Amino acid sequence: MTVQTAGSRRTIAAACPAAQRLGLHAGMAVAQAQAMVPGLHVWGATPEEDEAALRELARWATGYSPVVAPDPHDGVWIDIAGCAHLYGSEEALLEHLLGRLNGQGVTARAAVADSPGAAWAVARFRGGGVIPVGRSVDAVATLPVAALRIAPAIVAVMQRLGVERVGQLAAMPRPPMVRRFGKDVALRLDQAMGHAFEPINPLIPEETPLSTIAFPEPIGRLEALKDVVRRLAEDLCAQLLRRGQGVRRLDLILRRVDQKGANLRVGTARATRDAPHLAKLFDERLETVDPGFGIEEMVLVASKVEPLSETQTEARGIAGVSAPDVDMSRLVDRLSAKVGAHRVYRLEPVQTLVPERMARKVPALAPVTDATWPENLPRPTRLLDPPEPVVAMALLPDHPPALIVWRKVRHKVTHADGPERIAPEWWAGDTDGPSRDYYRLETDRGGRFWVYRDAPAAEGGRWWLHGFFA
Amino acid sequence: MSLPPRPSLSAVPSVTSATVAALRRQIERLEGGAQARAPLPFGIAGLDDHLPGGGLARGALHEAVEAGPAAEFAGSATLFTAGIATRLEGPVLWCLTRRDLFAPGLAAAGLVPGRIIYAEAGRDREVLPLVEEGLRERGLAAVVGEVTRLSLIASRRLQLAAEASGVTALLLRRWWTVAEKDLAALPSAAVTRWRIAPAATEPAPAPAPGLGRVQWQVDLVRCRGGAPRSWILEAYDATGRLALPASLARRPDQTPIRRAAAQ
Repeated sequence: MTVQTAGSRRTIAAACPAAQRLGLHAGMAVAQAQAMVPGLHVWGATPEEDEAALRELARWATGYSPVVAPDPHDGVWIDIAGCAHLYGSEEALLEHLLGRLNGQGVTARAAVADSPGAAWAVARFRGGGVIPVGRSVDAVATLPVAALRIAPAIVAVMQRLGVERVGQLAAMPRPPMVRRFGKDVALRLDQAMGHAFEPINPLIPEETPLSTIAFPEPIGRLEALKDVVRRLAEDLCAQLLRRGQGVRRLDLILRRVDQKGANLRVGTARATRDAPHLAKLFDERLETVDPGFGIEEMVLVASKVEPLSETQTEARGIAGVSAPDVDMSRLVDRLSAKVGAHRVYRLEPVQTLVPERMARKVPALAPVTDATWPENLPRPTRLLDPPEPVVAMALLPDHPPALIVWRKVRHKVTHADGPERIAPEWWAGDTDGPSRDYYRLETDRGGRFWVYRDAPAAEGGRWWLHGFFA
Repeated sequence: MSLPPRPSLSAVPSVTSATVAALRRQIERLEGGAQARAPLPFGIAGLDDHLPGGGLARGALHEAVEAGPAAEFAGSATLFTAGIATRLEGPVLWCLTRRDLFAPGLAAAGLVPGRIIYAEAGRDREVLPLVEEGLRERGLAAVVGEVTRLSLIASRRLQLAAEASGVTALLLRRWWTVAEKDLAALPSAAVTRWRIAPAATEPAPAPAPGLGRVQWQVDLVRCRGGAPRSWILEAYDATGRLALPASLARRPDQTPIRRAAAQ
């Protein structure tokens, strides 16, 4: 239990769960509490330390979402829009969050709702939980008016007038209500119901390098935005140079005149502090930003940095210098900014003979191994996935086909090679099916096909076309 | 001021091949672009002699289309393109839309997996920006793009980007419908356009059935500064070298046979 002093009055600032079970609660006079519970442990409240701890907690919560803000004196906002699917669902995210908090000995309640106001109210007055999309109004209506984040004095006035629930307040005619309780109440009501937008001012960790430009006049032209990004990037890279760091992930925050905003995020494959390169990564994405009535502030945050020592990167133009190791990281960054990082990759050989599994995607800048596929086995250059059924006719059951019909076209086979038997690999999780017999066929018109029979002819194996040779 | 007397017609030096070559060099210098880049020879005398400069121009745009029974899968044109990329030095960017490329097959032309970076676009029209992005990166050997639609303007853009950086652009024309097939025949700003069709392999010796060395009918359909022509060639070996088919290169001298027939 901690104690705060207001004038000569000493009241309880906060009480631990054990104390709450004994009937003590915040706001109670200390003398009364000590009378109720003999031998009470009392500490002086330290609001500054509480606030620092709350900021620390908010910083910890950035693991869940990049947009996190401490909400003094006892809350943390987390904007989980677009983050919940990482945990499966919003419920799973809440469970994960509360589980980790409880594990650290922090008593917490959490709620998910459409608007920050509704989440605030539900977390404090209904014990938390997930409010489905569009149900904020119903969820808030039954809560006491104190759930609206309004001054205790106004709450007392409302209770005197018999207005106890948020629903009652919402049902009142708006102009008299505003006149009686003030504009602030109406705003809080709208925020809780989700009718009014409430921005969350995200906590940016202090050590994060960032650069900001606020404009005297809002800007909106694409060329102007690109120019500003270039200047921001130069400023940021100068900061990074002093720290000996390079950036791996950049966030560009655009604040619009109407308080809405847009966040753009780009990643780099390798730590860099090359300002023109970084600015270029945003070029395409900026075109998707709707400037609305104009953008009044832009912030460029290096949200993920890595140590980057100074190295000589290039010595171009020096005669006779051939660079066997070409630095591909910038190209990979630019391509990733266009199509997404998961679509820029290299393929690495896998030790297997099953065609579908012979290559594995690895990041484009993963270390290159010398491994390659066995060269003595002819393999097609194009693979049909899934294989397409063909009708094949063979002279004898175990002979290669003499004629195949694929996509209603007959191909007469002139030469054939095979069979090459590829057995299912039980150690790789294949079901214990029959093995495939592959044949290379050449048709009278020169086409070279890779076909297989999925079981021996005696077991009624069918023919499939799987690939095309050069 | 008196003009020098006009030389009489007889004094004009005869137009020799050396003069033409000098003029060509001058035009190339004026045009800028690929002046200092040695072309990439195929290693076959008949083919290299026919191409202007004695090989495939580096830092330029080249196209390959497939003809044959399964042309929409472009099995041969893929390997033809991969072989060119193999013989250039450096990493290769391969831009594609459909995932039907089978990387182990490319190793047959010597294009090892460590050299290729793949970039996958969701739609056909997103491929060209990726190709162009790659062409701006000096140090790449080649950029391979699998495209269906290529307008004259877009191809000119790629050609300029390739000239500026020296990266060779290889476009593999893909098509999936009959309507799209005709698109591949439209003109473009590419320096060369190749049409590759699989040809029947050498007939194997009688007791050994099976496929022989793979052969292609290679058509040079379009060539800036050169004439169209066709060859029958043996496909790449493991180092990405084409070869003349043994039956054509090592056949007996045909002159006495023709003379005997004429008599």
